Amino acid sequence: MAADADAARSPGISPDLPHWHEIVQATLKRNEVNLVPYVPDRVLTPLIAGLHADPFFTTFATAREEEAVGILAGAWMGGRRGALLMQTSGFATLANVLASLVVPSQIPLIMFVSERGTLGEFNVGQSLVCRTMRPVLDALAMEHHTMTRLDELEFIVDRSIKQAVATQAPVALILSPLLTGGKVFA
Amino acid sequence: MSAPLRNTKVMNRTDLTCRLVGRLTHGEAVIGGIGNTNFDLWAAGQRPQNFYMLGSMGLACPIALGVALAQPPRRVFAIEGDGSLLMQLGCLTTIATLAPSNLAIIVMDNGIYQITGCQPTPARQADIVAIAAGCGIAASHWAVDEEDFERLVDVALATPGPMLIAARIDDRPGVGATKRDPAQIRERFMQGLGVRQPI
Ligand SMILES: Cc1ncc(C[n+]2csc(CCOP(=O)(O)OP(=O)(O)O)c2C)c(N)n1
Repeated sequence: MAADADAARSPGISPDLPHWHEIVQATLKRNEVNLVPYVPDRVLTPLIAGLHADPFFTTFATAREEEAVGILAGAWMGGRRGALLMQTSGFATLANVLASLVVPSQIPLIMFVSERGTLGEFNVGQSLVCRTMRPVLDALAMEHHTMTRLDELEFIVDRSIKQAVATQAPVALILSPLLTGGKVFA
Repeated sequence: MSAPLRNTKVMNRTDLTCRLVGRLTHGEAVIGGIGNTNFDLWAAGQRPQNFYMLGSMGLACPIALGVALAQPPRRVFAIEGDGSLLMQLGCLTTIATLAPSNLAIIVMDNGIYQITGCQPTPARQADIVAIAAGCGIAASHWAVDEEDFERLVDVALATPGPMLIAARIDDRPGVGATKRDPAQIRERFMQGLGVRQPI
């Protein structure tokens, strides 16, 4: 039983299950989400590499997460879907743009946040920044999900993208260390 | 002051915005930045291809980049204040790297945060065109006077970008008053870009 739960969560433990980043990439593609700016994070590295390797995606680094939100808002208004990849500290820079552009303009911004600051964090600053994330999301009544299990991942990502577009509302998809393995103290 | 600034005339934002809009005949998209830039864009005539940015200071250029990436056949202009651009200078490097051929940036440089009380920005010693060129936007130019501004806009309309045009302007406020309805502004813009039909 415990072994089953581990297999459902942990990357690469079961040879039958794809890695989390392969599921995310395939689900983005199936939903025609093809513009993917990011500010990198160690945990996101395999996803970023996979996106760069697939010409379906236009993926690139931006100088700030806020800049990427502007790009995605413009792209949505121009008829193109995208998603932003970042870590928890990147999300912490976004309260202003979410409250002053994304939410009032009804932009279905899709965000993936690699969760730092919990479940074995070794940097006190990261753990404090992490505590600001869900209160900000809740203050703006934004949809968010914390994804911990490989077997639920595709469902959550797929349905969340569809809901964001259908309801013209942003969503934050938080990649828990339970799903990705997180970053461990070296 | 660096050399390129010396011969530039101090112009007026409202006048330049009208000159820009007057030259747009192919449904070009225009993103007006926070405050005065979108007020003057509003005053220059409410085209459905205009997006009036009400908050999110500094994001006129990134929004314009997103539109440009979504609709490569359409020319896209961002009109941004110098103080706003300073807040998001890094976006110039992204634009230079992605090099969208259909994007032009117009910087209205009054050296101040006009709308919040005319405080000087920290960039009094800086040259925005040199910054943009240093970020990799090779086609970055000061407009010497109104005629030169129109000539540069024509270049932006006719040749592959990205391009940045900076204009020194006076300290007068914008003349319009954008209706503060973000959802309606966004919807009308999407209709203007052919992404949505009116219901
Ligand atoms: C993040 C953020 N900081 C500060 C403000 C307040 N603010 C609104 S407009 C503005 C000045 C904009 O300056 P500039 O882009 O140069 O345009 P100008 O007012 O000179 O036309 C400031 C500081 C804000 N809206 N957002």
